[in-house]
Amino acid sequence: MAFDYDQYIRGGKLPHIWCPGCTYGIVFKSILRVVHTLKLNRDDVAMVSGIGCASRLPGYVDFNTLHTAHGRALPFATGLKMAKPDKHVLVVSGDGDATAIGGNHFIHACRRNIDITVLVFNNFIYGMTGGQYSPTTPSGHLATTMPYGNIDTSFNIPELAKGAGASFVARGTAYHAAGLDKLIAEAIQHKGLSVVEIINACPTTHGRRNKFKSPTDMLLWMKDTYIPAVAFDKLPPEKTAGKFPMGVLFKKEGVPEYCETYYGLVERLKKQKEGRA
Amino acid sequence: MGTIKLLQGNEACSEGALYAGCTFFAGYPITPSTEVAEYLARRLPQISGVFLQMEDEIAAMAAVIGGSLAGCKSLTATSGPGFSLKQENMGFAMLTEVPCVIVNVMRGGPSTGVPTGPGQSDIMQCRWGTHGDHPVICLTPAYVQEIFSETVRAFNLSEKYRTPVIIAFDEIVGHMRERIEIPDKGVLPVVNRVKPTCPPSEYLPYDDSKGDVPPMANFFEGYRYHVTGLNHGTDGFPVNASPRIHTDELRLMRKVEANKAEIIKYEEYMLADADVGIFAYGVSGRSAKTAVEMARAEGIKAGLFRPLTIWPFPEEQVANLSKRVKGIVVPELSLGQIIFEVDRCSKGRCGIEGIYRVDGDPITPAQILAKVKEVR
Repeated sequence: MAFDYDQYIRGGKLPHIWCPGCTYGIVFKSILRVVHTLKLNRDDVAMVSGIGCASRLPGYVDFNTLHTAHGRALPFATGLKMAKPDKHVLVVSGDGDATAIGGNHFIHACRRNIDITVLVFNNFIYGMTGGQYSPTTPSGHLATTMPYGNIDTSFNIPELAKGAGASFVARGTAYHAAGLDKLIAEAIQHKGLSVVEIINACPTTHGRRNKFKSPTDMLLWMKDTYIPAVAFDKLPPEKTAGKFPMGVLFKKEGVPEYCETYYGLVERLKKQKEGRA
Repeated sequence: MGTIKLLQGNEACSEGALYAGCTFFAGYPITPSTEVAEYLARRLPQISGVFLQMEDEIAAMAAVIGGSLAGCKSLTATSGPGFSLKQENMGFAMLTEVPCVIVNVMRGGPSTGVPTGPGQSDIMQCRWGTHGDHPVICLTPAYVQEIFSETVRAFNLSEKYRTPVIIAFDEIVGHMRERIEIPDKGVLPVVNRVKPTCPPSEYLPYDDSKGDVPPMANFFEGYRYHVTGLNHGTDGFPVNASPRIHTDELRLMRKVEANKAEIIKYEEYMLADADVGIFAYGVSGRSAKTAVEMARAEGIKAGLFRPLTIWPFPEEQVANLSKRVKGIVVPELSLGQIIFEVDRCSKGRCGIEGIYRVDGDPITPAQILAKVKEVR
């Protein structure tokens, strides 16, 4: 029997705003399947976003949802999580939202290793505003604000997350949708800050300006470009040029999680007070 | 009988927050407001509350809104540049109607300005700082005891009207130590947000059919709803180019406008028979009170109007004052900001004279007395 997505989608809120050929719908469905598989209680899930195409996702799902200001999803989410540490807090963000305007919040959330799941929808462009280059736009690509080709250098989001202290880092793509379910599930189950970079396609503002003839071409590019990390690591350097690893790229258990540490302190103070009384 | 303490203004603010039931603070170190954070960093973990030092001022404001949505009475404190940085998210809280309290211990500006000196030049930013039309409640205590009680009141107004409330005092009052009495629990009223009683399936987070302040559900309590900084319908979901936007923004303004009688608070000192009025708040209000006493000692009938609520502006009270006096003196630690409001409400009925100072020192009673004599 086909999976019943409607049970997690708010009545009357579709169609979504995403363009034909956009791959966000694939990720959207993956998230819903994972929530179902993990048997998360909808009342216990908050989904927080900033601004951009990906950030519209929370409006469609039947959780506690918070659509905030550009780049600020993580500090809003941090407030929710610290107040209610036993709840699931998921952040959906775009490449610009998470790593440009929200870059400082991103690295500090990773550093704190607070138990929040961050899904970064990387479509390599500012889509909602019409195709300006982002911190992940590949060098040389055309964007409305890089009309002569992107002269800027791009971020490697998983490396950034790992370097900043996230204890779970993964990369998936909209093409490899089945694998994506596993990555998102593992990210949610991981105790600590988990980042999943999800490679997406924006045919409207990125693809058509950069020699992708169709949305399908962009998916096929993902298929060719992203290689399972285990296989990637065995390849000689000349075969990895222009390719990237995907899957769980970094995972470390036993790193202190911020809420746990904080409430541990609260308990310690409580015991000290009782000891004195 | 409460507890007697010797506290500085910033500490009294923290105590006021705790009295009001604040269990969540997020901030960022900045002079001259840092003691609010330091005090709560010690106290909040002791009562199972949350203290967070965030990566920047913007994040602190965001975390406060998150904390409030999860059901905590939430506070942040800042100064000068930090207050500028918080503006966008303050607008978010105003539009999404999330209660929270923002303390601005004012220093000199613009830019880094005079971090260790007092200022009152953020007062228009308190009113108009974030983009778009928005309701604002801003309180201006001048004494340590008053900072305590006005902080309690700030939380109460915030919870009652589902809107951020700003407390703006200055470096001098923030750092000054005075004797204060912290009342026993139950002496001062403590207001909590009204929660919905309907079943979750019927809950509309912005339903204004039963009043201008809709009941507020906390996250994770079974009412799964949507909060967005986009203009939204009664169900919380975005609307574009709709007449609803206009009527809803009017409602947000009305939450404050229609309740001015409750929100506006002020002190009148020797004003009943005064020929010359002084309009002053915060540390300038303290100097003005001394100036009134000096003037009276010389037989000059001066009196003080000292607002504890600066926004919404006490329009009616200033209009009435302008009908009774020859002139109003407005001392402020800026190059002239709140004087525009006094002038607007006086409608030319009396003379208006400003005293401005931005060099990091307060305006002295002697300065004010000299101006009172000119106006008389």
